[in-house]
Amino acid sequence: MKRVPLKQKVLKENDRIAAELRARFREQGTLALNLMSSPGSGKTSLLEQTLSHMPKDMRAAVLTGDIATENDAERLRRVGSATQITTGGSCHLDAKMVERGLENQGGGPLDILFIENVGNLVCPAGFDLGEYAKVVILSVTEGDDKPLKYPTMFVRADVMILNKIDLLPHVPCDADKVIENAHRIHPGLDVIRTSCLTGQGIDEWIAWLQGRLREVRSRQAR
Amino acid sequence: MHEFGIAQSIFDTVKVESSRLRPGNRVIKVGVRVGHLAGVDVEALKFSFEAIVSGDELAPLGLEVEQLPHKRICRSCDTAFEVNMTDFDASCPRCGNLHTEFVSGDELEIAYLEVEEA
Repeated sequence: MKRVPLKQKVLKENDRIAAELRARFREQGTLALNLMSSPGSGKTSLLEQTLSHMPKDMRAAVLTGDIATENDAERLRRVGSATQITTGGSCHLDAKMVERGLENQGGGPLDILFIENVGNLVCPAGFDLGEYAKVVILSVTEGDDKPLKYPTMFVRADVMILNKIDLLPHVPCDADKVIENAHRIHPGLDVIRTSCLTGQGIDEWIAWLQGRLREVRSRQAR
Repeated sequence: MHEFGIAQSIFDTVKVESSRLRPGNRVIKVGVRVGHLAGVDVEALKFSFEAIVSGDELAPLGLEVEQLPHKRICRSCDTAFEVNMTDFDASCPRCGNLHTEFVSGDELEIAYLEVEEA
């Protein structure tokens, strides 16, 4: 019997495509974001708000992933450019689906590409989509211990959006506790509190996006 | 739920490597390394792998999973430490600093094949 070493990444094909996408985004100066959350935490609502409030000269588009239906893309098309990726059962997006989604989307270079992942706090964390940053959205109705229960997602996120804060008076959720738990998992994680109903925090989120876009632009120039 | 796809890509890799072996030699086990932060449920991975292997000419083919800890380092006192997945606390156990950096723990790789030689 002989042991043959074989150092090979299991997701090497995904990682190869993700690296190509990342290089393409960097060259075009596109800020690509991977938005992840459980179902119903408000990813699509946040994107509706974002597209409606973004500076007019900013070219943005959404690739939105779901297991089935075109519902999200239809909702988002009322406020901007959106392309549906239907995964047909898969619980997460992979880099190949994003590559195909971009082909279907057509259009020229973008300032910001929002990739709305399938609603799931587990599997999407494991797949690199070539994004510049990962955004995790958590709504106050989900309970303040979610970061502790799904640490992988929160360790990998670059920013956490605490959504539906308009509901705080009505639900047993302590916003400071959520943030404390998130910081236990990921010290220094950026946190933005939003409500897509009242519009609270949307300006702060857009400012965060502009900050990241400046970073992407300065890397592009290098 | 995505463990099935991961099991399938491990199996595909073994299949390719196996076809390159000298006649008579066969792969009896594949070893993978999975970090605690890889987002992979090891039991689900083993279950999927078994389902894929059964009925294939590569069967019986074992899967050995080595789980790797989530390691971090403190930016303030340089202490290296491991984060326990049940009581997930990323702060420094020595000085309590919250500014700690991820070192490793998201591995998902095929480490080796065990080959039986004719």
